[in-house]
This record gives sequence, structure tokens and C-alpha cells, in this order.
Amino acid sequence: MTLIDIILLTAMVVAASWTVMTRSLLKSTIGLAFTSAIITIIMFRLKSPLAAVFELSVCTGLITAVFVSTISLTKPLTHKEIIKLSKDRVKRFWYMPVIMLTVGAALISLKLPGDFKMPLKLAEGDVRSVLWNSRQLDIFGQIVVLLAGVFGIVLLFKERNKR
Amino acid sequence: MMGANWQLFTGFAFFVIMVLIAGLYCILVTRNLMRVIIGLELLTKAVTLLIIVAGYVTGQTALAQSLVITLIIIEVVVIAVAAGVILSIYRHNESLAASNLTSLKG
Repeated sequence: MTLIDIILLTAMVVAASWTVMTRSLLKSTIGLAFTSAIITIIMFRLKSPLAAVFELSVCTGLITAVFVSTISLTKPLTHKEIIKLSKDRVKRFWYMPVIMLTVGAALISLKLPGDFKMPLKLAEGDVRSVLWNSRQLDIFGQIVVLLAGVFGIVLLFKERNKR
Repeated sequence: MMGANWQLFTGFAFFVIMVLIAGLYCILVTRNLMRVIIGLELLTKAVTLLIIVAGYVTGQTALAQSLVITLIIIEVVVIAVAAGVILSIYRHNESLAASNLTSLKG
């Protein structure tokens, strides 16, 4: 594990924490996109370029666009509600860094076996051949899930139009 | 070599667990429905990274990538449908707070 990996992973945890703790939903979405972008860089470094491209285009791009559109279709809070929620949020979210630090310290103090044997390496294939030849059922599942999603969204909006 | 790989895996797993805690905490503590999806998204990202790291240390990056692609597609569909449901809830209740969803109360 190099210094760059540690910096990237720390940045990922900081971005994730900021996503959870920030007050504004829009900033939270930007934090999520930032976390996703850092994960993309880590994936590139771990020799998984195809998954990294998917993560960048879909998770950083598409999902952020879906979140921003949803937020823009809802009304912003009034000033009174913001003040009330801010006080409440500090009380509720103050514990998260404490829990993270406690679990982190517990994990560091945990004595894991240093010579654990990893599974033997199998013959490595090209990602395309694995996806299309070995994991054909996954492709079928993806198509079913996509169709189910499209059908669900169509139903949701159709119902509203009728009313 | 195997020991070094295991250490690499545990090093990455430490940070992944931190992101998992952030996501779980977000889901458990918040009352805003949008934040619930954001927490779910964080959990998925942590799992995605863990699969990639597992693939890297075992030398099966191709299999890991194919699994991650499937995971990302399922994630997108779940998020899109959840966002649609949240919009519908907002139009019914004029609120994104989960505590206001009492119309199914018995």
C-alpha cells in the first residue's frame, strides 16, 4: 500500500463523512459525487479500468444528475425549519466521528494473522470474455432489472397523470 | 507475496469499513428520505470498492469487474425507482420527512 493509496482512501472517507454530515442536500450530493470520483481513481490504480469507467460515468454522472433533478423538484425549507433542523442535526450527527474513531482504533488494535493464505490465482481472462461467456446469467439478470426499473418508473408517472 | 496481499486487503478493508459506518449511520439517524438513498449509495460504493480490492489481491480482476458492472447497473435502477417513489411521496405529503408518512398507520 503506497502513500498515494493512503491519501486517496483518507480523502474518500473524509468525502463520505462530509456527505453525511453536511446540512444542504445539494452539497451532500456533490460530496457523494466526489467520493465516487475518488473511488474511480482507486479502481484505475487497482487495474480495473472498465469498472472505473462505469463508476465514473454512471455513479458520478448519472446518479448525481438524478439526485440533483429530484432535489430541484422539491421545495427548499423555510428559514425557521433550517434553524430548527440545524440544532437537531448537530445533536444527532455528532456521534458519527466518535463511532468511526472508536471502530478505527478497535480495528487497529485487533491482531489479525499476518500470513493468511489468499485463494490460489486462477487463469485470468479478459473482462469481456468473463462477462459474456462465464457470467451470461448476470447479463440476463441485468436486462430483467433494467426492464423492471423502467416499468416501475413508467407506472409511477402514469398514476400521477391519471389523477 | 500472499502475506503482502493479505495486508493490502486489510489496509483497504479498514477504510471501506469507515465508509460503511458513514452510510449505515446516515440511514439510521436521518429522517429525510433523500438522505436515506444517499446512505444506501455510500454503502454500495463501499461494497464496490471491496469487490475490486478482493479481485486485485486474488488476481481475478476480470471477474471482479464483471461483478461490479452488474452491481452498478442494479444500483442505478434502485436509485432511479427510489427517486421516483420519493417524488411521489413528496407530491402527496409536501414533505421529505419519513416521520410524516403516517397514512398507512393502523
